[in-house]
Amino acid sequence: MKVVNHRTPSVDGLGIMKGRKAYTDDFAEKDSLIIKVLRSPHAFAKIKTIDDESAKALDGIEMILTYKDFKRNAFTRAGQGYPEPSPHDKFVLDEYVRYVGDEVLAVVGTSDDICQKAMDLIKVEYEVLEPVLDFEKALDHKVLVHPEDDIHEMFDIGFDPKRNKAASYHMEIGDVKKVLDSCKYTISETFYTQAQAHVMLEPHTVNARIDYQERLVLYSSTQTPFHIRRIISQALEIPLSKIRVIKPRVGGGFGGKQAIHGEMLVAYVTYITGKASKMVYTRKEVFESSYTRHPMKLEISLGADEKGMLKAIDAHVLSDTGAYGEHALTVYMVAGSKVLPLYNKVDAVRFYGDVVYTNHTPAGAYRGYGAIQGNFALESAVDILCKKMKMDPIKFRELNMMKEKETSPIFAIMGEGTEGTAMNMETCKLEECVSRGKELIHWDDIYPHIDDGDKIRSVGMAIAMQGSGIPLIDMGSASIKLNDDGFYNLMVGATEIGQGSDTVLSQIAAEVLKTSVDKVIIYSSDTDLTPFDVGAYASSTTFVSGNAVYRAADELKSMMLKEVARIFECDKDDIDFDGERFYYKDKKISLIDFSNEITYSEAQKQLQATSSYVGPKSPPPFMAGFVEVEFDKETAEMKVLNYVSVVDCGTTINPMLAKGQVDGAIVQGLGMAMFEDVKYSKNGKLISGDMLNYKIPTRLDIKKLTTEFVDSYEESGPFGAKSVGEIGIDTPPAAIANAVENAFGIRIKSLPITAEKILNKKWEIENEKK
Amino acid sequence: MTEIKFTLNGKKQILNTDPNRRLLDVIREDFQLTGPKEGCGEGECGACAVLLNGQIVNSCSVPLANVDGQDIVTIEGFSSTKQYHVIKEAFAKAGGVQCGFCTPGMIIATQSLLSENPHPDDYEIKIGLSGNLCRCTGYNLIIKAVKTASKDGDGLW
Repeated sequence: MKVVNHRTPSVDGLGIMKGRKAYTDDFAEKDSLIIKVLRSPHAFAKIKTIDDESAKALDGIEMILTYKDFKRNAFTRAGQGYPEPSPHDKFVLDEYVRYVGDEVLAVVGTSDDICQKAMDLIKVEYEVLEPVLDFEKALDHKVLVHPEDDIHEMFDIGFDPKRNKAASYHMEIGDVKKVLDSCKYTISETFYTQAQAHVMLEPHTVNARIDYQERLVLYSSTQTPFHIRRIISQALEIPLSKIRVIKPRVGGGFGGKQAIHGEMLVAYVTYITGKASKMVYTRKEVFESSYTRHPMKLEISLGADEKGMLKAIDAHVLSDTGAYGEHALTVYMVAGSKVLPLYNKVDAVRFYGDVVYTNHTPAGAYRGYGAIQGNFALESAVDILCKKMKMDPIKFRELNMMKEKETSPIFAIMGEGTEGTAMNMETCKLEECVSRGKELIHWDDIYPHIDDGDKIRSVGMAIAMQGSGIPLIDMGSASIKLNDDGFYNLMVGATEIGQGSDTVLSQIAAEVLKTSVDKVIIYSSDTDLTPFDVGAYASSTTFVSGNAVYRAADELKSMMLKEVARIFECDKDDIDFDGERFYYKDKKISLIDFSNEITYSEAQKQLQATSSYVGPKSPPPFMAGFVEVEFDKETAEMKVLNYVSVVDCGTTINPMLAKGQVDGAIVQGLGMAMFEDVKYSKNGKLISGDMLNYKIPTRLDIKKLTTEFVDSYEESGPFGAKSVGEIGIDTPPAAIANAVENAFGIRIKSLPITAEKILNKKWEIENEKK
Repeated sequence: MTEIKFTLNGKKQILNTDPNRRLLDVIREDFQLTGPKEGCGEGECGACAVLLNGQIVNSCSVPLANVDGQDIVTIEGFSSTKQYHVIKEAFAKAGGVQCGFCTPGMIIATQSLLSENPHPDDYEIKIGLSGNLCRCTGYNLIIKAVKTASKDGDGLW
């Protein structure tokens, strides 16, 4: 391969570095109306009255929008395919406000200052209600987060708002209780994972104008432009044909931009007034009024026989979706479906529980999407079981984990919101990942720890899997055309959000057409100009959209050969094409001459191919994560000395970008494992609402990352590729927890794992001994 | 309204405007320069970094009044220099760019660091760039990029 599996620089890197106009706000019209949202100071309240007369009278205030301006069309902002597996439980604006930061009303004016002035003049009288803030007490609480009757589910997801339930799920294979009872070794442990904030550097941003065809044109920093178009159309009753959504360069998403944020208000204001408008979230709004990762409580029971074979897994999970149910069921299910198959030799497995509403910032999609929560619990529990059995945790995994060509019945049972799809692991190099990782971290030299006097160094590990798109639901498509002078335009619905998909997809097309990346001009994510794609989520782009690009390029190549065959008067299968020239016996024609001829001659013809792809399966990438941690014995202060990731993601289309994905995900995972924590006050107000109080890893927190890819070729992927966007985030929480255990014999079962928690636990144990 | 004079990317400018406006807004709105970006508006993330008399500052935290008589260079101005060329090549080679929102600020920080310390070690790079947050990368590639720039551009700083 000449292009694929090479470190091609990003197709857009140079322009981005220079600061060229690229991101959503760079395209806002100069005199856009500014939209500002007045946000709820209460965790739960009903709006009694709004006095906005003096605000409306201000010079420069265009309009003030309240719930009374909108028809009550319940929708979900989740940004998923249709029908969504998330409840339709949100209105553009509502008379109830359900968390501190929820939307009360919108002020539209000519400047930030005037909007602020207007907001200061508006008087809102609330009936303050008792909020539900503890997710363990939410189910059947006397207070209902969603008391209204005009909300609904699109199909059965266990939605029961009268019990504060956004969704629920239950599955069991075999008889878990019976198998557990027959096991020689059993453990039962409860784990907690916290809310994590995405903290993408570019805040949520959207702007709109009406074009000369009287159509609504939105620029949006989104991961899902086609879903945005559909959801706006449905909720605001604007014909789909009247809306165009363009996604420019996106400054990071990580799942946070899968959902709708300011799009609904911006679309409405411009559609009604005919004037351009824009909305840029403040950093406080990004923290307080967008989304977090779903916090979960996971009760895990494991049972093994005397030989160390895992026989049963029981997982009772409670998830907190906050005030609205975006991604409630699907994130929940992934906590099982992309974790439990790791141990596929069990006789029985159960996964069940509820997703509840509370009066906190809603939870939504976030890289890892449930798998990181499930992984922390299961991979911690496995080490606890090993300790009880006095068995080496790596040996246990080697014995029990998924192997190549094997399967798990879970794939057929658990999909995302629906049933799943049966599949065999055509590629699963977990064994290589584990043995290589063990070598790279010098496991045998350190395990369980080395006592350095004041310091103690230990190692910990975990294995993980993810998916590659949602089978039979996610579609990607691509269109590719040949231009005169022999270069190509590649149009894809796939959504570049900084992960490098424009580069990777260009590489796939270039490889098929035997050309170089600079001859493939990519344009992505414009609902008018590019074919449909579900967007950037579920680790789908390289695999799903990549397959579509592969097919489209292959089809175009076939069209080109057909035309050349006409010129050569031969069979198209007899022609050789090396990317620059076509050959048949002694005849040859260059691609440039050929493309010019079919552009400027009687035989004029535009060659263009469009193709799409829906995966019949979702081949999981796998990885093993190993960490070496140094602890200060007295203070328990932790330093991650080295994080080793050995990944099976099939072929790396671009090894440099693939490494970037894994490294970046590891650092986000370490943040979640060690200090990131969305914190609320007792009355539900966010405390960690800025970058000072919500710490993300900086350069100083990262010592060494060692990332390697094992040889792997997934037949169903483009040039053998699987996905790599999410897998990296899953292992750090469990690996760190296991390293703490290996250092001190202390088990921390709630995230983040801080020095404070370790010390408290240490003292607790010491006091018990006394 | 106050008259404020400053140099922006080598060109003298006179503005008659509110001196309390943030330098970032003036750069983006009055000069349509899109390199400096607002990531947090709190001086925490460094996406809005520019050079003020050759030193890095977060333009979201600088009132326009403070730049009266001073010299400001944004990524747009800096990108015509030899130093930029070396840094750019190093970032591209290392793959230090993902979403790119932090990148112009990161390059400004690199310039500010190298102009003070042309041969920083790993730790000095980490300290020098610690005011610029990145949520996409594992930072290693960026550190590698700064080291490459320091080596390839030896003598420029």
